[in-house]
Amino acid sequence: MDRKDIKIGVNSLNLYYGENHALKDINMKIRPNTVTALIGPSGCGKSTFLKTLNRMNDLIEGVRIEGEVVIDEENIYDPGVDTTLLRKKVGMVFQQPNPFPMSIYDNIAYGPRVHGIHDRHMLDEIVEESLRGAAIFEEVKDRLKKPALSLSGGQQQRICIARALAVRPEILLMDEPTSALDPISTSKIEDLMEDLKKKYTVVVVTHNMQQAVRVSDDTAFFLLGELIEYGRTDKLFSYPQDKRTEDYITGRFG
Amino acid sequence: MKNDAVLVCSGAARPTSSGHIITEATAEKAVPGSIMNKVSRPTDKLLSVLIYICAGASVVLLAGIIIYILKNGVGVISTEFLTSVTSVLKGTVGIAGNIVNTLMIICLTMIVAAPVGVGAAVYLNEYAKKGRLIDIIEFATETLAGIPSIIFGLFGMMFFGQTLKMGYSLITGACTLILMVLPLIIRNTQEALKTVPDSYRHGAVGLGAGKWYTIRTILLPSAMPGIITGVILAIGRIVGESAALLFTAGSAKALPKTLAGLFPKIFQSGGTLTIQLYLSATSEGDFNTAFGIAVILLIIVFMINFAAKTLAVRFDATRRK
Repeated sequence: MDRKDIKIGVNSLNLYYGENHALKDINMKIRPNTVTALIGPSGCGKSTFLKTLNRMNDLIEGVRIEGEVVIDEENIYDPGVDTTLLRKKVGMVFQQPNPFPMSIYDNIAYGPRVHGIHDRHMLDEIVEESLRGAAIFEEVKDRLKKPALSLSGGQQQRICIARALAVRPEILLMDEPTSALDPISTSKIEDLMEDLKKKYTVVVVTHNMQQAVRVSDDTAFFLLGELIEYGRTDKLFSYPQDKRTEDYITGRFG
Repeated sequence: MKNDAVLVCSGAARPTSSGHIITEATAEKAVPGSIMNKVSRPTDKLLSVLIYICAGASVVLLAGIIIYILKNGVGVISTEFLTSVTSVLKGTVGIAGNIVNTLMIICLTMIVAAPVGVGAAVYLNEYAKKGRLIDIIEFATETLAGIPSIIFGLFGMMFFGQTLKMGYSLITGACTLILMVLPLIIRNTQEALKTVPDSYRHGAVGLGAGKWYTIRTILLPSAMPGIITGVILAIGRIVGESAALLFTAGSAKALPKTLAGLFPKIFQSGGTLTIQLYLSATSEGDFNTAFGIAVILLIIVFMINFAAKTLAVRFDATRRK
């Protein structure tokens, strides 16, 4: 692969929770403007891996990381990295919708305000653009001043996606974004992912294999902290190279 | 076959497997396995009666105290009582000076205790690494919150009054009370911060917010109801405090002649309402004044509790419209 074709390069990444070796020598090259799905049974390290991509693991005490994660040719674990700028570039959507206890507008404007945008007109523009980007503008345009927590779970999750888009990231990390949602909200968010990859590079953790097939271009299969198999989604699901991948996707364990 | 079944259960009273007695009357109508076999449970009834008696007794006792105080004290309260100072020369009886002293002690104490307490709680919860030192500090705050206030009074008198030579004055009293209410504010703020879901913290950090920005924009607003409750409870303790003030703030009841006179008053002796109540009921033997003050204190405590409830609801970010 040409360097330009790599958005995120993961080189010999190891992660330890105290004594526990949670991620073992991970190497990955994630292509720009694609959706990459991370699959694997519970506790396989896929969520932990996702969090290494914007250093959310920094919040957890006792985590030690070796190796490097290179985004646009810069190692995000370099001591000179400003995590605020990193997280502006690499946004995140969590498993449980977590809008802040404030209005819809203030939720979306939160990120831009963190990064110093206070101009009213500019914020109005960003809020509308982000809500449209998350396909929820039409549903909430008349009640932007209402508390975000008054929305349904599916709407809250799209508010969270809009909130992540508002800082104009280049990469969007999604940690099982639909596992707490009903099927209709889930399909809305899956459609949205298809849209999002035009502008962003999306990495999504899912334990729903049908979802991985539906939304992703590439799939990575994790097991017990190891990256077992990584490649084009259609190929991985049709012709798995590794016996363990085959066992997992045919439902023999997991 | 059906007849046989009825015959079996229409016999004399018999114990069921659960040990309850099915009386003959109910058993006659009952079908085995039916939920209609109503069982009487005498211990349940007895306990219900006992619980009603406990609840009733508490209400009667509380209401009794309040009625007793109101009966003896309401007649004392008049405009003169509230706006003048007790003076043998002028022949007046009043608690205006004590009201002003109480307000000044509250302000002086809370101006320091509220920000320091909230700041300490934020440090303990959000910045400090969990470990032995934090456990020790938390245990110490818990203990300090529970020790008798007269111990704070003794310390305040010796340290602020004598060592720092501040004597009997409102500022000595306030310094003592700061030590007394700090643990209360710290504990309440910590509890409030602990109830803020981690998902808010992660959400903010995920957007690039720094620690202080997250605290200022998400954590403190979310914890505000709990913080306000803590502050108001602290004010309630100050209003009701006498032991810690007896040796520290003194008992003067004079009122400064002008508003500007309030400032030097900080460094002079000044008795709060509770101190005056104590003096009126003991050395001065003036029970009318004592009951009058008691009524005023009751009203203040009622207002404080009401304010705590109202403000906590108003600041509840999750319910904000």
